Amino acid sequence: MMDTSLLVWIILAPLLGAILNGGLYFYHIKKKPVPELVFSLIGTGTPLIAFLITLSIFLDMVDTGNTYKQVLFTWLNIDNLNIAMGFLGDNLAIFMSMFVTFIGWLIHIYAIGYMTGDNGFGKFFAYFNLFLASMLILVLADNPVILFIGWEGVGLCSYLLIAFYYTNKENVIAGNKAFIANRVGDFGFLLGLITLFFALGEVDLSFTSLEANITNASPGLLALSGFLLFVGAMGKSAQIPLYVWLPDAMAGPTPISALIHAATMVTAGVYMVARFHFLYTGIEEIGTFIAYIGAFSALFAAVIATRQTDIKKILAYSTMSQLGYMFIAVGLGFYSSGLFHVLTHAFFKAMLFMGAGGIIIALHHEQNIFKIAQHRASLPIISITFLIGVIAISGIPPFSGFFSKDAILAAAFQEGQYLIWLIGMFTAFLTAFYMFRMYFIVFIAPNKHTKSYVRTSPTITIPLLILAIGAFGAGFLNLPAVLGGEHMVDTWLAMLNSNTIHMSHFTEWVLMIVSVAVAASGIFVAYKKYSQFDVFKPEEETGLIGNKFYVDEFYDKIFVQFSKKISTFIDKTIDDKIIDGFIMQTCNQFISFGKKVATLQNANVRFYAAFMLVGMSCVFVYLYISLGL
Amino acid sequence: MISLTSYAFVSMILFSIGVIGVIARRNIFVIYMSIELMLNGVNLFLVTFARYHFNMDPQIVTIMVISIAAAEAAIFLSVIILLYRSKKSLDTDIFTTLTQGEKS
Repeated sequence: MMDTSLLVWIILAPLLGAILNGGLYFYHIKKKPVPELVFSLIGTGTPLIAFLITLSIFLDMVDTGNTYKQVLFTWLNIDNLNIAMGFLGDNLAIFMSMFVTFIGWLIHIYAIGYMTGDNGFGKFFAYFNLFLASMLILVLADNPVILFIGWEGVGLCSYLLIAFYYTNKENVIAGNKAFIANRVGDFGFLLGLITLFFALGEVDLSFTSLEANITNASPGLLALSGFLLFVGAMGKSAQIPLYVWLPDAMAGPTPISALIHAATMVTAGVYMVARFHFLYTGIEEIGTFIAYIGAFSALFAAVIATRQTDIKKILAYSTMSQLGYMFIAVGLGFYSSGLFHVLTHAFFKAMLFMGAGGIIIALHHEQNIFKIAQHRASLPIISITFLIGVIAISGIPPFSGFFSKDAILAAAFQEGQYLIWLIGMFTAFLTAFYMFRMYFIVFIAPNKHTKSYVRTSPTITIPLLILAIGAFGAGFLNLPAVLGGEHMVDTWLAMLNSNTIHMSHFTEWVLMIVSVAVAASGIFVAYKKYSQFDVFKPEEETGLIGNKFYVDEFYDKIFVQFSKKISTFIDKTIDDKIIDGFIMQTCNQFISFGKKVATLQNANVRFYAAFMLVGMSCVFVYLYISLGL
Repeated sequence: MISLTSYAFVSMILFSIGVIGVIARRNIFVIYMSIELMLNGVNLFLVTFARYHFNMDPQIVTIMVISIAAAEAAIFLSVIILLYRSKKSLDTDIFTTLTQGEKS
């Protein structure tokens, strides 16, 4: 482990960008307008710097095999508890920050084209940079407390960005929902951290020393801590039961969705589990639980996605579904497979969102897929990249999604979790179906109108093309041995001690063929049903699935209304009647007593005289007695 | 010879009549006259004991009281005139502007 002074600049670059952009934006609204070019140069330049620094560290690590650590200062020092403001650049952190900065940078570039002309252009980039900085704090943190700073930071930024168009009440509600759902998870996360510290006793809190001391702790406490930490991941990574914020988060501008879904925020949960791999390796029951939660989330989201009509919501549910796959992998101990899926997913999901954003912009903020089909515009680059993304997520070789998803399914099969494997397979079928449903409706289904060509800004198309290469080729980074690959990602992440797939090549081939067949049948069903679909008779979001299983309504009834009732009870009964009642009673006593005293001051001269007489008499009587006269 | 007690009684009766007049009557003039009665009751008391003890000091005090009461009468009467001008009445119960109680 080597010391370095470069690591912190990965975080500081976007953070400084955020501060600069924020300051300039104030100048922009208070004094005189600043051109958008300045904002965009700062906004995109700083992530690029972060990416280049990460790249240099990465290349150095490839060369020398070092890992890096930077401790800036001791943040808190209480008795034996030392919390250092430190950053860790090991293989896992650099792996994450490589694609976080790279894809984040591309999304920043895309945002220039998407947000141009918006009043809050500068503010948007300030938030965007801050979002990236928070995510990098989370990724590069050397101890769980620093990780938690980043964890909260991404929560805050997601709130700010989802409610970016704050004049619309629905967006504000969506922002609040995201923030509150995340708070529920964060509470679990915090409890998990406390349990972990309690279990380990007084140790240095960096991840390396936690890992070294993990065997000293009691397994029960570790299991509890692992579970509670995962509650945090449920909130952040939108798993059952805390997923409700993710579809609503589509209220924000599309670059936000791309950033949240691809590079930052939702992958934080998966990363956190991988970061705590030393903890989760020891507690397999919790791991299995995580895998099941992941599997059900994947299935649940995929089922809902088949009936959605909003292009961004379909993508949101698909993210939740793919996150479910990642949790299957990390839950079963296949950390590197999970992270590999995070990587490939980042490419194709960023691309899908950017493509969707391009379509939405071209059609003047229309998000309903049937309406998009009715007013179809000719968008050649977007349609091609969109197709690549859809194929990649469906799991058709040789696109990237196939390799990562297949590795996860094979892992579930090998571990004997056949139920998870079956759910995964069925979800893969649904994924192919709903993604191609969307594709066929948006781009293929017949429409008599002549398509008008809409020019798309190059800041939108160039990132799309770069990501398309990634979405196509990222799978080759971790080619399984059976296909003659070298497991590059698995090797790079060997520090995680992931389980590996060791099945006979025959089984692997069979599994691969099955999963390709499943995906292909999903595409075929979608083709049959939607390639000739009459877009002027759109499907409605009806029925149990269309209404998302009424989960939102259920939560509303159970949690929201319940807490409202409790608050009303406390407000109206406990506060108003009991506490206020007590205080006001005392006050009233004083007031009425005061009023009684005040009647003595009635300005009646004769009464005063009588009173004086009484007083003087008393004095004289006293004097008479005391003087003994 | 009339006893000392009789003088004391007369002065006490004068004083008491004055006190009761101040408390019970509402007419400002009557109240004023009652105050004068009280003063005279005290004066009588002082003079009586001056004679009894052959001491001239109380006599001096009495003369002082009478002269100050005369000066006071001038002020008192002018104040009464002003009060009468403001309210057209000599009833003391009307002058309750400075009250803190509920009646205003």
